[in-house]
Amino acid sequence: VRALAPILVTVALLAAVPLVTQSNVVLNFLVFTLLIALVGQGWNLLGGYGGQYSFGHAAFFGTGAYVTAILQVRYGVNAWPAFALGIVAGAAVGAIIGTLAFRSGLRGSYFALVTLAFAEVLRIVASVAPITGAGVGTLIKLDLRWEALQFQSRVPFYFIILALVAISLVLVHLIERTRFGAWLVAVRENEDAAAALGVDATRVKIGAMTLSAAIAAAAGCFYAQYYLFIDAGIAYGPWISIEALLAPIVGGVGTVFGPLLGALVVKSLGEATKLVAGDAPGLDLVIYGSVLVLVVAFAPRGIVGVLADLRRALRRARRAEAPAEVGRA
Amino acid sequence: MLSPAILIPAILNGLMTGAVYALVALGLTLIYGVLHIINFAHGALLTAAMFAAFFANRWLGLDPYVAALLLTPLFFALGYALQRFVIGPAAHGEDRNILLVTLGLAVVIENALLYAFRADTRTLDLPYGFDTIEVGPAFIAVPRVVAFGAVIAVALVLWLIMRWSDTGKAIRAVAREKLGAELAGIDVAHVYAVTFGLGTACLAVAACVLIPSYYVNPSAGNAFVLIAFTVVVLGGMGSVAGALVGGLFVGVVESLSGLWLGESLGQIGIFVMFILVLLLRPSGLFGERT
Repeated sequence: VRALAPILVTVALLAAVPLVTQSNVVLNFLVFTLLIALVGQGWNLLGGYGGQYSFGHAAFFGTGAYVTAILQVRYGVNAWPAFALGIVAGAAVGAIIGTLAFRSGLRGSYFALVTLAFAEVLRIVASVAPITGAGVGTLIKLDLRWEALQFQSRVPFYFIILALVAISLVLVHLIERTRFGAWLVAVRENEDAAAALGVDATRVKIGAMTLSAAIAAAAGCFYAQYYLFIDAGIAYGPWISIEALLAPIVGGVGTVFGPLLGALVVKSLGEATKLVAGDAPGLDLVIYGSVLVLVVAFAPRGIVGVLADLRRALRRARRAEAPAEVGRA
Repeated sequence: MLSPAILIPAILNGLMTGAVYALVALGLTLIYGVLHIINFAHGALLTAAMFAAFFANRWLGLDPYVAALLLTPLFFALGYALQRFVIGPAAHGEDRNILLVTLGLAVVIENALLYAFRADTRTLDLPYGFDTIEVGPAFIAVPRVVAFGAVIAVALVLWLIMRWSDTGKAIRAVAREKLGAELAGIDVAHVYAVTFGLGTACLAVAACVLIPSYYVNPSAGNAFVLIAFTVVVLGGMGSVAGALVGGLFVGVVESLSGLWLGESLGQIGIFVMFILVLLLRPSGLFGERT
């Protein structure tokens, strides 16, 4: 329980934000940042802990979003079960792609390629299939009641996404301490060695991908419910695949808080760019891409890594001073 | 069944489109064969080259086929610099990092173009843009025939470089056995950069033969990059002959599946093939099974 304290403090701090301000601009920013943190956490589970870099998390995000929307619009399903089924569907897509890819022994750049290709196939299918509204997209009818999972104010949405992020933090924290987490890291560090020690690497990776996809899908379900509109480019577009990996890599890959920290930094940078240069298309992504290259070049362990290095340097500096004081006494 | 009068032109046109795929794939496979990395910035660099060819015509009045003479060395230098000063140092020799760095570069290039030129689609009006020549029952656009010729020429030049020049020998040595090559006194970082430059130079040629009959916008290269990936995977990563044959093959498949399934679903044909090849035979049809 003590180990959960950092998560509790972080979530409590974020939960206090609506007490301070209910400004739409602030809440909108935070909702979107938390959404990216959630997708990022999904990516982090597979990419950060498992070492399998997916370039196609849009496949899961989009499936969650579409299932949530289509069940409501076309089949009259209530929003809450639709949300849950969206997560299940995303997880199923993750399990299927994972099974196909890992059973075929795809690793490294091949895995990145195949995930990218699956996301693109889904995007193209969604842009022509009648059930997704094809090029027009899908609009969820406005129905501002909590039964329909829609709210007049942004505050309830904020608490929902915060709760989802909190769950993902706890989940990843717990996985870190289970046998499954140890297997996953072993596979990342040296798959052949892990397999030689009896770890069923393929099953571990498929399991991680299923969970990872479920988390990304939850973010997609939330997106559909929050913005009430999706189309193929939003749901399955490459933008979300990039956001998904950018946040954990900037924050600190393979760490519990990496995705959240990264999302905060990246989104703040994005907003700052907008303030300076206006709402120019593409400019924020130029910044994101540069940040990605710079982080990989100069801080491969992300913000978390930089902070750890700083703390260690401070401690060393303090220790270097301490003996001198003893000598004086 | 479709009649030969429809089928033959479709196949011929597919071959001509496939030639461009082959050219793009050639650059990709060259880089993979030596550096053992998948260059995710390939599509964005192609887009950049297409913009360069476009504005060489608009601003300097250069015919795209003439501009190729200028742009090819320029893009060689660009590729060289990218590998030498950005990708190489930033990746710390880790494959995962290289993936991320090339992806980051792709995002930067593509969106810098979007920022500079907006999402507008641009086309060049050239006097020969719609000329055709008759081949049996088919009419084939002249720019496509030129593209086909250019691919053959580039492949030949590359083969000559690889086979006979000292640089080519060094590249082959590094591809085969990096450590040994290094011990023999070959500057591996330089060879990597040269290879990356050659791969990028292929894109400049591809862009110049594409632009007379194609359009350019900030994501124009993406249409080719996944296809080029498919081609490279199909032909076997690192195999030059595989890239050529694979490119032509994919062009024909696209043309035929477009005929049966319509334009946008025709694209799916490629992706499905890509995924199937990746899953079933990741070493490609020509590569050795690992």
